[in-house]
Amino acid sequence: MSVSLFYFVAFLSIFFALLVIFAKNPVHSVLYLIVTFFTFTIHYILLNAQFLAIVNFIVYMGAIMVLFLFVLMLLNLNESQGSSKPTLIKVIGVIAGMCLVITLIGSMKALHVSDPLILKTQDLGLVKNLGKVLFSKFLLPFEISSLLLLSAMVGAVLLAKKDIKQA
Amino acid sequence: MEDVTQAIQGVPLNHYILLSAVIFAIGVIGVLIRRDAIVIFMSIELMLNAVNLLLTAFSVHHNDASGQVFVFFIMALAAAEVAVGLAIIVMIFRNTNSTDVNVLNKLKW
Repeated sequence: MSVSLFYFVAFLSIFFALLVIFAKNPVHSVLYLIVTFFTFTIHYILLNAQFLAIVNFIVYMGAIMVLFLFVLMLLNLNESQGSSKPTLIKVIGVIAGMCLVITLIGSMKALHVSDPLILKTQDLGLVKNLGKVLFSKFLLPFEISSLLLLSAMVGAVLLAKKDIKQA
Repeated sequence: MEDVTQAIQGVPLNHYILLSAVIFAIGVIGVLIRRDAIVIFMSIELMLNAVNLLLTAFSVHHNDASGQVFVFFIMALAAAEVAVGLAIIVMIFRNTNSTDVNVLNKLKW
């Protein structure tokens, strides 16, 4: 049961990721993407990365996806525009993606790593352990990321608000 | 929880690399074949998540918490990126009345 759970969830991830890019309606794409992120949360739990599972659940599924849905509702894309690329471009795109997979798998074959994943320390991904690393070794990047978020917030407000001169 | 963490011990690292490669490629295909700017954006999110999963798997494999801290940073970056990107999309929609990337071909040459 144990190992097959991973393969089942992996299958679900790939299935819903495919649905994301092939769904006609953007709202359906967002909903499938939420399911995909949920399967990723399960992967994190299986890897015992509990902090990342919670953050993935709250930040990705809770915040980012709601932002996507919100913007979709705001844009009111009612008539769907009937715009899709010509079939030739689509086929070429899929072939290019397959080439990428083949290249990655080929380079993976050259690696010769196939050891089973073994969790050496059980509390590797727990909040206590990660917090210690984050606030000692990665303190400066952590503070800089707060600057990044601040500048992103200012930028988003500046971009999205209407031009005063025009209005 | 103990059962679940014991459960994963049989999965080879290769299969995590395989899964991440496939999801990443799906993201690339999505960017290539779709014209809606929002769906292209979601494909980029898929790629970011594939990399996150692989970093976590390597972190467990090497027994090093740094990989998971990197994933945390990538998530913060993704949040910032989504905020700015969606603002840009809203602005594009306001100016051109669509989110089709082919409308914006003035920068092509």
